[in-house]
Parts: sequence; C-alpha cells; structure tokens
Amino acid sequence: MRAYLSDRMGAALLMAPLLLFLVLAYAWPFLGVVKWSFTLPTPGLGQYEALLTDDLVQSVFIRTLRIAAVVTVVSVAAAYAITVVWVRGTPAQRLVAEFCILVPFWISVLTRAFGWVALLSNRGLINTWLQAIGFISEPLALVRNEFGVIVGMTHFLIPFAVFPLASAMRSLDDRVLLAARGLGSSRMRTFWSVFVPMTRSGIIGAALIVFVFSLGFFVTPAILGGGRSVMVAELIYLRIFQSPDWGLGAAISVVLVLFVGALMALLFRYVRPKQLI
Amino acid sequence: MQQPGRAAEIKAIGIGKSFGSFRALDNLTLDIGRGEFLTLLGPSGSGKTTFLMILAGFVQPTEGRLFSDGVDITDRPAEQRTAGMVFQGYALFPHMSVEANIAFPLKVRKKSAADIKRRVGEMIERVGLKGHEKKLPAQLSGGQQQRVALARALVFEPGVLLLDEPFSALDKGLRGQMQAEMKRLHQETGTTFVFVTHDQSEALALSSRVAIFNHGKLLQVGAPDEVYDRPDNRFVAEFLGEINMLPLKGVRPADNGSTGLCEDRAVSMRCKAETVRGDAILAIRPEYMSISGEATAGENGIAATATNSTYLGAATRLDLTTRQGAKVTVSVPNEIAAAALSKGNSVWLTWPAEKGFLLPHGGQ
Ligand SMILES: Nc1ncnc2c1ncn2[C@@H]1O[C@H](COP(=O)(O)OP(=O)(O)OP(=O)(O)O)[C@@H](O)[C@H]1O
Ligand SMILES: [Mg+2]
Repeated sequence: MRAYLSDRMGAALLMAPLLLFLVLAYAWPFLGVVKWSFTLPTPGLGQYEALLTDDLVQSVFIRTLRIAAVVTVVSVAAAYAITVVWVRGTPAQRLVAEFCILVPFWISVLTRAFGWVALLSNRGLINTWLQAIGFISEPLALVRNEFGVIVGMTHFLIPFAVFPLASAMRSLDDRVLLAARGLGSSRMRTFWSVFVPMTRSGIIGAALIVFVFSLGFFVTPAILGGGRSVMVAELIYLRIFQSPDWGLGAAISVVLVLFVGALMALLFRYVRPKQLI
Repeated sequence: MQQPGRAAEIKAIGIGKSFGSFRALDNLTLDIGRGEFLTLLGPSGSGKTTFLMILAGFVQPTEGRLFSDGVDITDRPAEQRTAGMVFQGYALFPHMSVEANIAFPLKVRKKSAADIKRRVGEMIERVGLKGHEKKLPAQLSGGQQQRVALARALVFEPGVLLLDEPFSALDKGLRGQMQAEMKRLHQETGTTFVFVTHDQSEALALSSRVAIFNHGKLLQVGAPDEVYDRPDNRFVAEFLGEINMLPLKGVRPADNGSTGLCEDRAVSMRCKAETVRGDAILAIRPEYMSISGEATAGENGIAATATNSTYLGAATRLDLTTRQGAKVTVSVPNEIAAAALSKGNSVWLTWPAEKGFLLPHGGQ
C-alpha cells in the first residue's frame, strides 16, 4: 500500500511540470476568454443571447455538426476496413495497410489540403481526366464546398480512428470467431454479427475522437471550403481577427469547449485512455 | 430430442499435419464409431487440439483424408460440417445473452422463430440454466459458462460434438459434477463425442474408448480397461497410471500365455510373448500386487524389503526394493503395510498371472 502510494506520488511529481505547462499555456488564457465572453463589449450575458439569435452563428454551428457527423461516419468506416486488413491480413497486406496509416503523419496538414485542391479543383487532375475520357462535359464542383472539406478532413482523420479500432480488434479472442464458423456461420455473417459487435468499444472511441477533432478543424475547411463552408473554428478566427467582435468570438469558443468537454467525458466512459494509442 | 441415427461416424485415414518443418500430427488413422464417446489423451503438445481442429475443419491437414458417414469432408469448410465444438475457455459470444448464444447456430440455419424458441428453451432446461436466460456470459460462473458452451454446441443436433479440455478451468468438485453431466448428455443425445483431455483418470472414467497420443502419433486406441490393463507400449503404460516394472529373462511362449524368469524365480503371464522374446519387462499396476508372508508354489511372487510407507487414508502406499534392486510400489490395506514394515525384513510380493503384461526391453 505504501509502495503504491509513493508510486502514485512519484508519478504525480513526474507529471507536475507538464501539468503546470498545460495550466499556464491553456487553462489560464482560456479563463481570459471566458472573462471576455461575459464582459465585451458590455458586461452581461449579451453575447450568449446573440449566439442564440444570430442566424450566421447558428448556421455555422449546424454546418459544423453536419460536417463532423459525415466525416465521422466516413472516416470510421474507412478506418475500420483498413484496420481489419492491418490487424488480420496476410503479412504483405499488413505492410501495405501500415504504410497507408503512417504516411499521412509525415505530410503536414497544409500540404495535404493543397494536394486535395490540386486533385479536386475545376482544372485539377480528377476533373481533367473525367473530361478527357468524356465522362463529363462540365467540371464537377468538388472543392470550395462542403464536399471538398469532407474529403480533406476524412483523409486527415482516418489514421486517428485506426488506433482505437486496432486495439479493440487485437484484444479479440480468435476462438470466438472460430466458434461462430464452427456453429455454421458464414464468414460474412461472422463478421457482422460477431466481429463488429465485439469491437464496439473501439468504434465508439474512434467515432468520438474523430468527431471531437472535426469540430475544431481550421486549416482544412479554410482551404478546401474556400470561404464558403465556414466551420466554427474559422468563425471564431474571423470574429476575433477581422470583425473585431471579441465578445462573440469568446462566447462561441466557450460553448465549443464545453461541448467538446462533454463529449470527452462520454468518451472516457466507454474507452480507457490506453486503448486510444 | 435426438435420434442416435443422426450421430456421425468418422474415419480419419493417414492424417498428417506439418507446421513448417514441425510435424504436429503423423500418419493418423482412426475410426470413430457412431455415437461413441472417444477421448483423445496425451501430454501437452502431443497434437490433440490439432486433430480436433482438423475434425472441426479449422485446420487443413497436410496429408490424409477425412470421412463423415462415408463422405469425404477433408476439403469442406468448417461452417458446412455438422460438428459442434466446445473450446477451451468456452469462446462464448460476450455481447450476446445466454439465450442469444444458444440460439446462434439455429439462427444461422434460418430456423423459424417458434422453432428456435422451443429448442433453446429445451436446451436451457436440459443444461440447468433456467433463470439465467438474459444474462451475459461475463455475469456467469465458470460452470455456468461451460453449460452455455455445451448447450450452444448441442442445440443444432450436430453429428459429432468436439470438446477441447472443457473442464480444465473448473475446480475439482465442479469438474466431477460436469463430468457426470456430460456423460448424461452423451446418453441422452446419442451424438458422437470426441473429448480432449490430458487427465488420464477423466479419460478412463468417461469414455467408451481412449486414444493415446504422443509427439503427434496415435499410440493406442481401446476401451479404458483395455488400454489400462494391456497397454501396447511403455509410454501408454506409464501415462495411464503408476506401474511397476520388473526385468524379465528367458521369456518364451507357454501353454496359456508365456513364462519367464524374474529375479531367478519362474513367473507366468497370460499374455502372449508375440513380439518379445528373451529379455523383456514385466509390468504390473500397483493395485494388483499384494503382500504375503510366503509365495505358495505356482504363484507369481518375488522377495522384497519394505523401505517406506505413505498413509493415504483408505490404504497405505508402500515402497519396496527387490533383492536385485528393482523399485516397486504397492497400495495395500493399512494393517498389512504396518505388519510389513514392522517385520523389517523380507516380504513376498505376489500378483495374479493375468495382471502382468510384457513390454519390450528398453526403449518404448
Ligand atoms: N499454428 C501453429 N503453428 C505452429 N505450430 C503449431 C501450431 N498449432 C500447433 N502447433 C504445434 O503443434 C504441436 C501440437 O499442438 P496441439 O495444440 O495440438 O497440442 P495439444 O496436444 O493440444 O497440447 P495441449 O495439451 O497443451 O493443449 C505443438 O507442439 C504446437 O506447438
Ligand atoms: Mg490443446
């Protein structure tokens, strides 16, 4: 018991500098933001009232939630397929999957966003090819809209969904899958009625991570949305640096942080932090 | 619930399995009769699970063919065979209730809802899980999980039930109870049972026949008393229980069996000296040997000195050394052991002729 306590103390001491850093770098400034939301331009709850009535703010919130939801579904589904190959494939398949998962981490988010612009724009690779083979006559609007934003964000977020899924799939007892086959279940049926339900905690964890990340996206929507698919983070930026309407920007930030905090609380009810790496 | 006619008859011919250069099973030929209770017995790593997996269709043999009711099923995938399997550790579906676990094989066979309900209900009653239908496997005790696994494997009336060390995780009392229950289920369903264990007493108690494995080879198959009393070789003799071995000289066939010299005394055996001639080993189970003051003429017996005793409650285990230094262990009534020890010197070890059997000298 004593050893356990002193272990905990030791761990706390080791973490102390990091905690101090996080407090100084994030919590303290955030308290300032909270203060602005109640005091600028005049003290009171005015900014929160405006938040509830301002059409633009509401449409941005709704768009953000919609994009985040679509990105979550697509990313988790794609990540699930990749992870199945990564965890259960042949050695060659594993290598390919691992490559697909790791490579995106080596390229910055900015580079990747511009890469997608090059692919998806009116005179980008995809539209040029499709026109060249005569499949379409007019270029498709693939970028500077929600579609482009969703593509870019999904691409960025898939690897983050892979890790919780992989940990769920790795802890699964193979014999349970064999048992299902032995009881007469086809491979397909075994996958859908045994494998997928047994990796539920991984799916929930992956979905929450992707969703939370999506809410705070800035660079990708700014570049691939071309100003037409503004998401919450970009809106906060615009309010603070361009309008300047610091009070409203601060209020939006506070709402966003509270929302994300609630989602994180939900996340940790379903998955232990260890499973996410 | 099930007609014995549904039980499968299995024939394995020349089955072999290599993992890389490692030989896990070698040239295994075995007939499993309709409705029989066959136990695969052997030490760890002897290939029991591998053979069971081949029967279930989870592992493809490198050589040999497998027949079920005369049909070649070697290349048939697991889901198309009619084998129920109980895994070590049970392998229940953790996200499904007891009921849903048991219903699973019926659902994949697209049985009607009413049919499923009836058969799952029957099965739950049969294995004594009433009142636990809605629980998840994690909410059950080890013994209850075991019952769910059995019910799930039997509910679709498989031709054969494969069980891989189903009781190894249970404590001794529960183990005995489940053994009795499994024997009952075997009689009630009439299905062919293939049961893996490395507990020899479990094998002898439950089975109609025992197949003994070692290093991927099938050494002997036979009824429990057959393999226990007349093992083909030294490994089987030793694996099935304690055994005393005495060196024998001048072994030759005799009127009804064979004779030889054991420490300069003539002894006779009922078994034939077919492959063994000259020097051999005489093997006798401890419980068949008794102690007396003097061997009467014509009786098998040698002189020995008691060296040690272990009180076992109902009997005493006595360690003795023969004149020529062979070690022998017997299990005798307590007062006889006390008498033998108090004498301090020579006693006679005797045994009936039909209880001694011959093993080749040296080797296996
Ligand atoms: N997939 C595999 N790859 C390589 N070797 C294997 C594989 N499966 C089994 N073996 C080897 O084959 C041998 C037989 O294994 P098997 O599991 O059949 O033994 P067993 O008799 O069931 O033993 P136990 O009583 O320990 O369960 C072992 O030496 C094992 O290491
Ligand atoms: Mg095994």
